[in-house]
Amino acid sequence: MSADLTKTPTETPDESSEETATGTSRGAIPITAAQLPRLAPLLVAVVGAAVAAFFWLILDWPPVGSLIVGGIVYLLALPAWSLAVEGRRRATDRMMTGLVWTSAVIAMVPLVSLIYTVISKGAGVVNSEFLTYSLFATQLDQPPGIYHAIMGTLIITLGAAIISIPIGVLAAIYLVEYGKRNRLARMVTFLVDVMTGIPSIVAGLFAFALFTLLFGAGFQGGIGGSVALSLLMIPIVVRATEEMLRLVPDDLREAAYALGTPKWRTITKVVLPTTIGGIITGVTLSIARVIGETAPLLLIAGLAAKTNTNPFDGAMTTLPVQIYSFNSRQETIDLAWGAALVLIVIVLALNLVARLIGKFYAPKTGN
Amino acid sequence: MSTTTKDKPQAQEPVPRAITSVGDRVFAGLTLGASLLILAALASVFIFLFAKGLPGFNRAAEVYGPRADSFLGYVAPLLGGTVIAAIIALIIAVPLAWGIALVISHYAPKFIAVPVAYLVDLLAAVPSVVFGLWGVIVLAPKMVPAFDFLNSYFAWIPIFDGDVSNSGRTIITAGVVLAIMILPIITAITREVFSRTPRLNQEAALALGATRWEMMRLTVFPYGRSGMVSAAMLGLGRALGETMAVAMVLSLGGWSGNLLGPGNSSIAANIASKYKERSEDLLSVLIASGLVLFLLTFLVNFAARWIVGRAERKMAGA
Amino acid sequence: MAKSIDVSDLNIYYGDFLAVQGVNMTIRARAVTAFIGPSGCGKSTFLRSLNRMHEVIPGARVEGKVVVDGQSLYGSTVDPVAVRRQIGMVFQRPNPFPTMSIYDNVLAGNRLNAKRMKKGEADSIVEKSLRGANLWNEVKDRLGKPGMGLSGGQQQRLCIARAIAVEPQVLLMDEPCSALDPISTSAIEDLIHELKSDYTIVIVTHNMQQAARVSDETGFFNLKATGEPGQLVEFNPTKKMFSNPDDPATEAYISGRFG
Repeated sequence: MSADLTKTPTETPDESSEETATGTSRGAIPITAAQLPRLAPLLVAVVGAAVAAFFWLILDWPPVGSLIVGGIVYLLALPAWSLAVEGRRRATDRMMTGLVWTSAVIAMVPLVSLIYTVISKGAGVVNSEFLTYSLFATQLDQPPGIYHAIMGTLIITLGAAIISIPIGVLAAIYLVEYGKRNRLARMVTFLVDVMTGIPSIVAGLFAFALFTLLFGAGFQGGIGGSVALSLLMIPIVVRATEEMLRLVPDDLREAAYALGTPKWRTITKVVLPTTIGGIITGVTLSIARVIGETAPLLLIAGLAAKTNTNPFDGAMTTLPVQIYSFNSRQETIDLAWGAALVLIVIVLALNLVARLIGKFYAPKTGN
Repeated sequence: MSTTTKDKPQAQEPVPRAITSVGDRVFAGLTLGASLLILAALASVFIFLFAKGLPGFNRAAEVYGPRADSFLGYVAPLLGGTVIAAIIALIIAVPLAWGIALVISHYAPKFIAVPVAYLVDLLAAVPSVVFGLWGVIVLAPKMVPAFDFLNSYFAWIPIFDGDVSNSGRTIITAGVVLAIMILPIITAITREVFSRTPRLNQEAALALGATRWEMMRLTVFPYGRSGMVSAAMLGLGRALGETMAVAMVLSLGGWSGNLLGPGNSSIAANIASKYKERSEDLLSVLIASGLVLFLLTFLVNFAARWIVGRAERKMAGA
Repeated sequence: MAKSIDVSDLNIYYGDFLAVQGVNMTIRARAVTAFIGPSGCGKSTFLRSLNRMHEVIPGARVEGKVVVDGQSLYGSTVDPVAVRRQIGMVFQRPNPFPTMSIYDNVLAGNRLNAKRMKKGEADSIVEKSLRGANLWNEVKDRLGKPGMGLSGGQQQRLCIARAIAVEPQVLLMDEPCSALDPISTSAIEDLIHELKSDYTIVIVTHNMQQAARVSDETGFFNLKATGEPGQLVEFNPTKKMFSNPDDPATEAYISGRFG
């Protein structure tokens, strides 16, 4: 360090100092640096767009290919310019910024395309008849409908919720309030992890194996679907509830104990009410998750054209299975889009409800 | 529970206490029962699948026909299709997910980051059958020019050699659909670990004169490395087990060695399309293949959690 | 060479909120300047505006001038990355990079500028910086160990070593001892004394005794009134500040009547 002190402050700044690690230039490195104009990214973007347009309109490339070429031009030209003017570090920074934003834009493309397709192709199909008739035609001119599938979806999902929510919430209470990391609690935690990884088709196989064993080889019924969905839903409910319960500060529990409140009343009257919003949100999201499941229901709940409201007897169609079935025949593909629109609306509505509940019950001091 | 039973012998306890301790025991019993029920459910899943599936590992040769004559010969091509489709999905989804996660956590101002995060969550809510529908009808035809391009210029790579599917319904298309489906979960976890990077460390990097990207490399990536890896692994687990998107996009038949051709179906898709045959023999084979799939996804998920746990222990120990 | 800093008519905003108003001062080279004042009065915000670190918070901006060695920090061609390399910073809590060894922590800043560094060169920077931060003797046998394994005071000295390894002109310290025990605090204060022969040091502290012990000049920041922006009330040599302050508010604060 003493060597540096002998340098005079007027020493001319060394251009190469940026590349040397030692601070021989402790004199005066300029803090100003050559910079690209502020509008440089925009300028290069215009160039990129022009290149894309050239490929598309003049060379007659497909639009997607032209866009890719234009994007590559943008991603390479800006860092190259920056490298010439601002140096390696700023060039790298600009290139990575470009890549990061590009990836976000790319990821939005399929989402937009999917939503657009479902709405544009489905909107023409969905009308009051589509929603209120089943496929079971009682008259020759009866329009096709998905009433039976909507009912099937609601009943089977309701069945899954009736099985999963009490088991899931109670098990989560055990894990957080009673188990306290004992051996059983650790084992349940591990098995819940395992359950989250069960492929949905395997859950369907299980329900299929179970119910055909109990009720004979030809069994099909909504209850089997509910059981299969429960296997997928329970771990989500446990996880969500557990997470919420752990957020409740121990002070609150101790405050209740200090008032002489027994543990179970502390849990039901203090712990659960403070976190009920989060739990409902988690449960609603788990319903939204399983309501779109197809594979297990294909195996066990089956496919029927007629509306069936008895989950214990006979095949029961759900919307996803109906979509799959519509898709397998060329002349009903339009109906598949209509059913997909209805399904997406249901799922999104559930998500929206979950978020609203979460927001409504969110602790007011959170911000 | 042990605490409530200990209260009993104390004679001076007032009477109401005894009543509430009954409530305590009932409630504790209920929660314990629910936990045991989960244990029992999972145990029965295993017992059933094993009981029903074990014979499937060793059936008569013609059950596995027409393409194979043993369980290994039957399941290996399907396993190949499963793994390759999942890997294609991962290769596409992981860089995109990291990019979006960075946009949400660091690059975008709040008024962009919040809607983008919401849109990605929206993607997670779309049912898989709808993805399958979109994959077959919208995406597959659009992929054909790309496949022709790959086949004309890269046929010297064996996986791009051979017949090109003219419907676009190939394993690459399935992989793209899977990539879109696993994008939300990878993004959600990655963005969570990115945004948990201690602010103080990021400021330290900036105060040393780091550019934004250098700050990411100095602090955000090292800090989030295990989270990034485990997010990718969980995405892989999802992709391996996904049924409908693959079943709808691909035609039947296991791994053929040609990424651009038909077939290359997966275990899950095979089960979904074959279960209807309702022959006891074939069913046991399908269940056995389901067990193989379950084992695979279990190992992948387990590895993911192990990585997270190890990183947490390391952070706690430091 | 250490540099002096001239601040004139500096206003600092977060969005529309004016946090600090109308600061004028000259920070002497190779001296320790301390900022004191009640919490929330903008002294840390002001410190961060001296190396453009406040820009990290979205919406933050300044009006006015900060001139270091004849160059305005907020000129249109100024690169904030270069500014921060010239004006190092030490934070409230020690913040070594958790995934790096002690050795790599010290070199983190240098490695940004030079991709390849000779082993001997790197070794000498590490030793020089750690000696400069009075940490060398304590860690020389475990340079490969994680920086997070050190005690709080050692971590903070590691952060100082990291900051001086890139040989800045100025060292900004934002309450560097607030998370440390008295013994570590005294080690850091000794270090500040030694560093001032080479660096211009600006330190924010909530501890008036510390300001009196380590600094040559002291600035007292205070809020005009509740909800009003913070401002520099008085800027004087430390001796005068603590014996005979000009402003009655300073005297009230120093004698412990508020804050």
